Amino acid sequence: MSTGTTKLDVVVSDVVPVNELVTRFHFRRRDGELLPTFSGGAHVVVEMRDGERTRLNPYSLMGSPLDTREYTISVRRDDVGRGGSLFMHRSVKPGLEMVISYPVNLFSLDLRAKKHLMLAGGIGITPFMAQTAQLAGEGGNFELHYTCRTASLGTYADVLRERYNRRIRLYHDDRDERIDLDRLLSTQPLGTHLYVCGPAGMINWVRDRAAALGWPSEAVHFEHFAAPQPGLPFDVTLAVSGKTIRVDEQQSLLEAIEAAGVDPPYLCRGGVCGQCETNVISYDGKFIHNDHWLSEEDHRSGCKIMPCVSRFEGRSLVLER
Amino acid sequence: MAAKTIISRPIYGTLSPQPGKHHLFLADAEGALAIVDMAKTAPPGFFGGAEIVFIPGPDGKHVAALEALRPAQFHLAPSFASLLPRLKQTLSNAHMGLRLYLSGTEGLIGQAMQVALEAGIDHTSMQTEHRGSLARRMQCVHCKGITENVTTQPATCAHCGLLLLVRDHYSRRLAAFQGVCINAEDRSEIPPIEEAFP
Repeated sequence: MSTGTTKLDVVVSDVVPVNELVTRFHFRRRDGELLPTFSGGAHVVVEMRDGERTRLNPYSLMGSPLDTREYTISVRRDDVGRGGSLFMHRSVKPGLEMVISYPVNLFSLDLRAKKHLMLAGGIGITPFMAQTAQLAGEGGNFELHYTCRTASLGTYADVLRERYNRRIRLYHDDRDERIDLDRLLSTQPLGTHLYVCGPAGMINWVRDRAAALGWPSEAVHFEHFAAPQPGLPFDVTLAVSGKTIRVDEQQSLLEAIEAAGVDPPYLCRGGVCGQCETNVISYDGKFIHNDHWLSEEDHRSGCKIMPCVSRFEGRSLVLER
Repeated sequence: MAAKTIISRPIYGTLSPQPGKHHLFLADAEGALAIVDMAKTAPPGFFGGAEIVFIPGPDGKHVAALEALRPAQFHLAPSFASLLPRLKQTLSNAHMGLRLYLSGTEGLIGQAMQVALEAGIDHTSMQTEHRGSLARRMQCVHCKGITENVTTQPATCAHCGLLLLVRDHYSRRLAAFQGVCINAEDRSEIPPIEEAFP
């Protein structure tokens, strides 16, 4: 069993369509007990058994950490992805028995902060649902700036506005509303921590501006699960286990290694936690790195790969697995 | 340069210019030279957004060298206690983007860091550089009194009079090294007293 991936046997207790793209799923324990405690920003890895295939996708827990009778996640349908979100939307119904991991938090609040400034983009709102609930329960000082494409795609914007009123600022792309980022970042009291979750472009923009405006990196927190991208099939030799495997078009390298009966460590399966970092013994071809874990230098060196999200194109690849 | 002995023993770096609009420097005595050295690599206009608060040493040196950097604000203070109200005021009105630079004795760095931590700055995001005396600020673990400028090993507690072993065990919260009675079994036993922190 992999690090931190103790499993929970759950049953789907409710499935609620939220808008045209997003559906919410509720899980309870099959034995009727309470679920493990978690903190705002935590995610679980959901096992999706889809015929022959098993997909393992991470989703942020979005319910209140004060209520562990159920876990809730919200899944945005991705019609061109590898099919995990489509499976959730089409095949997961109330009463279905599923397996999820224990919660893991790679995006936790720094509770020493004087103030929490949160920036969400699109479905990146989900960890903030749990974090705001946690902070509101403790009387914490927070402010959430939420950018969405249109009002109807502003998942949970109405709920947040109702709960927290003026602490929530909304920006709609279709109305050309833009966050005045430099002004926002320059007017925060000393001791503020910044949290950002959304598309990669937004995270990079916010991190760059924060650094340029003198925010120390210790006060800037971000999370972006890169969904594994499909790509051309490729062959890999696992030197330690003495196996040669093929990674299919719709499969991640990590999933292919697991399908071959090798059990590497993992936590997030989204290129951020670093658990599945794998050494490259030799290669002839080019890497397609999609992670946020390895440094640019690591990416250039060709010595390491994050098999959860990254791929390879070329003649041969030998990994230390 | 301080060596890492136990995990709590602070290690200081070399000041370097950080991105940002507001730069607050606190220095005592030879700590001024750390700022002067850093200025050689600072981008043009850097000190236009800087405030320097300086406690001169007994020799009164380095004031002119700091003034020559043309900081936006320059303030001289006779002691740390005298600059404390000003420091607290500055930090309570400050915004994210303020960067803190501390240079000089360990006592100055530690006490300024203590105030900055309370204001919400992470200790790892402060720039520090040790210059000058190795004198330590020490807390007696028995009576809790703080003795400033301890240069000997062992050292006498200025409050309760116990003879204390000055440990490398440091408290960021108290901004002091811990002093533990060195002859608790037999007070008449007086080990040799050496000038350990000149």
